[in-house]
Amino acid sequence: MANRRIDEATGVETVGHEWDGIEELNNPLPRWWVWTFYACIVFAIGYCIAYPAWPLISKGTEGVLGWTSRGQLATEIEKADEAKAALLASLDKASIEQIASDPELLRSAVAGGNAAFKVNCVQCHGSGAAGSRGYPNLADDDWLWGGSLPEIQQTILNGIRHPGDDRTRVSEMSAFGRDGLLSAAEIRDVTGYVLSLSGQEQPSASTQRGAEIFAANCVTCHGADAKGLRQFGAPDLTDAIWLYGGTRADIESQVNAPQHGVMPAWSERLDPVTIKMLAAYVHSLGGGEDFVEVAENPAVEVDEQPATN
Amino acid sequence: MESVVARAGWWLAALFIAIMAVAAAADSGFAIHMSIVALAAFIGLWVSLSKTDYGAIARGILRTPADPGKYDDDPIRWGVIATVFWGMAGFLAGLFIALQLAFPALNLGLEWTSFGRLRPLHTSAVIFAFGGNALIATSFYVVQRTCRAKLAFPGLARFVFWGYQLFIVLAATGYLLGITQSKEYAEPEWYIDWWLTIVWVAYLAVFVGTIVKRTEPHIYVANWFYLSFIITVAMLHLVNNVDVPVSIVGSKSYPLWAGVQGALVQWWYGHNAVGFFLTAGFLAMMYYFVPKQAERPIYSYRLSIIHFWALIFLYIWAGPHHLHYTALPDWAQTLGMVFSIMLWMPSWGGMINGLMTLNGAWDKVRTDPIIRMMVLSLAFYGMSTFEGPMMSIKSVNSLSHYTDWTIGHVHSGALGWNGMITFSAVYFLAPRLWKRERLYSLRMVNWHFWLATIGIVFYASSMWVAGITQGLMWREYGADGYLVNTFADTVAALHPMYLLRATGGLLYLAGAVLLVINIWRTILGHEREEEPMTSASYDEAADRPIVSVPAE
Repeated sequence: MANRRIDEATGVETVGHEWDGIEELNNPLPRWWVWTFYACIVFAIGYCIAYPAWPLISKGTEGVLGWTSRGQLATEIEKADEAKAALLASLDKASIEQIASDPELLRSAVAGGNAAFKVNCVQCHGSGAAGSRGYPNLADDDWLWGGSLPEIQQTILNGIRHPGDDRTRVSEMSAFGRDGLLSAAEIRDVTGYVLSLSGQEQPSASTQRGAEIFAANCVTCHGADAKGLRQFGAPDLTDAIWLYGGTRADIESQVNAPQHGVMPAWSERLDPVTIKMLAAYVHSLGGGEDFVEVAENPAVEVDEQPATN
Repeated sequence: MESVVARAGWWLAALFIAIMAVAAAADSGFAIHMSIVALAAFIGLWVSLSKTDYGAIARGILRTPADPGKYDDDPIRWGVIATVFWGMAGFLAGLFIALQLAFPALNLGLEWTSFGRLRPLHTSAVIFAFGGNALIATSFYVVQRTCRAKLAFPGLARFVFWGYQLFIVLAATGYLLGITQSKEYAEPEWYIDWWLTIVWVAYLAVFVGTIVKRTEPHIYVANWFYLSFIITVAMLHLVNNVDVPVSIVGSKSYPLWAGVQGALVQWWYGHNAVGFFLTAGFLAMMYYFVPKQAERPIYSYRLSIIHFWALIFLYIWAGPHHLHYTALPDWAQTLGMVFSIMLWMPSWGGMINGLMTLNGAWDKVRTDPIIRMMVLSLAFYGMSTFEGPMMSIKSVNSLSHYTDWTIGHVHSGALGWNGMITFSAVYFLAPRLWKRERLYSLRMVNWHFWLATIGIVFYASSMWVAGITQGLMWREYGADGYLVNTFADTVAALHPMYLLRATGGLLYLAGAVLLVINIWRTILGHEREEEPMTSASYDEAADRPIVSVPAE
């Protein structure tokens, strides 16, 4: 301890060592530092007594509070389930039609459906339910298989073209080009006619020919007015909504060898209450249609097929 | 002559083995890596056989001073240049992936430029390439000066430098090629791990050898920290990378630790990489460069001892806090948390000792931009070592975990503490290593300081807001007990924060560009004509704490 000296600027003694010109002062540990350090240690000891902390031979100490992370999770889930139990029970008892007529029940069904939709449906239909190519928009009033509550419920329960479900919604448009039902020229003409229906193409000799081909091949499913028929899930061809694109190339490709979407039958994965809630939510998005309750009250006028515009 | 033949023989053998490995390679990634090794061996062979004196050419390009001085400074000069070079690469990669998060189109639809591959490129470039080179270079500088001894094993010291660069090149190209063992901060595959082990053992030998041959009676505190960093990183690296290669000529391996044990080992490694690489190692830098630049004694010898041992002892247990609310047993989570909390004061000991060293020289914060960088660095060190223990508390962690808050926390430490202390060390070293009167421009250092500081503020605050937003949105329940937000909703909500973060990164990068220019021009021996930084008058006698003066 050779060269102890008093540092002039601070009046503190140095320790007496020096390395490449660096000296060290002999200041004590700051008191607040020491006490805060002790406080942290005391807290740590207390926490270890209260909670599971130290490993022993076969398991760790359990802590005087008896807390476990699994236990906390179970308690929280139980509490959440309890809070929802009454509501879920009444949703379980009510039919989808009864839910629709009870505003409070409907509101909570829509809220639950919203959450379930985010977990199960957004992957295809998008977080805003607006869909994308090949996945229908659920927020508009253009429905392939029907937009009333029972119809939506059935679509969710049994899916669309879901293999192995007897009640699934099935339809298949013929591959007019691939299977040689129409020639390439005929497909061009009928595509022209379909485009003319939504005003994308002017009437011409080609669309004239297309109209005849349409009448001979397409009206069974799409209807004479081309507005689609829901029992076949056949889309309306006169509006601006296209599941697989509305350009000439898209439509030609669809006539040539159509793509067919598949939606799972959710009855295999979700409980009936969740499916009711999902139906209520999808119905609430903006395009939901009223359903006919003819048997109960034939006098009431219902809006089975809202006027398309 | 004999030594030339022997050396050439070694290079030839390495070249031969590498070419054999290319020929036998089980996958294209391994073949590319062995080609890189073969190229390195070929360059080594060429340099040792050729009559041209490449050392002289390199000294010419690097403007190495004619008188090498009493200490062995060549590897340190290379290290300073490598630090600046890899720093730029790492910051650029960071800015790019920050923009990818805001604009996913920047993934360019290519596997090699996807976020998943560029992100480890960024983290490894800044931590191991920029930080690692800074640590190796400064440790060689500091250990020589504070031991008053030349580097032990000079040849080995050069091997450490070049071997470490090869490790960086193999790791970085591996990430782009998709060669990874998918462990955060330990992504390089088994053969790169083995190589790093060899380099690291050589590093330990050089460092300890120099301490052993010291002419000072005592070992300075900076060297304790460097030594703890080197030894602990070796231990962490070995334990976390116990793998079984699928083929000895293939790039894939599988870790021996499986399941939750593997996760615990990984985070024991990951957390102590922060603790011993980014904290202990950089504290060593702080303990030398702050008192040197301030020309003041270290505040408290006693504090340095206590906080060193407390830090070393407590840090190693804190890793499980990365696995709160996972399959890790509750008792291990508790220990991870309480050790993190006890770590708060030992961490702050370094900050106190650094900041209080300025007692008697606080005016330099105003007049010396390098001191200002050091002070900011210590301030961010203090902030992030408070934030860390806070985030380790389970109830805080349940909100912050998996969110951008973690990213903000890491960057306030990395950009603020590690970055700023490294910049100030580089500014300290450049004129001394190249025997220049002064830096090219002190005013540019000042600009660097402000660009970096504003950049950090943008970065950290945007990520705090983003993280808390994310955490609150994930756990938001509606009145009926259902979750309110989808994951995509939270991503959309964070977009503005991601833009602000990228802005911060851009400013930080701009500051680093000034560093490159400044160091480059300093090496060339240029001096910018500029007004000196000092302004207001200074009364040294008045600048001191009030201490009781004994009666005369």
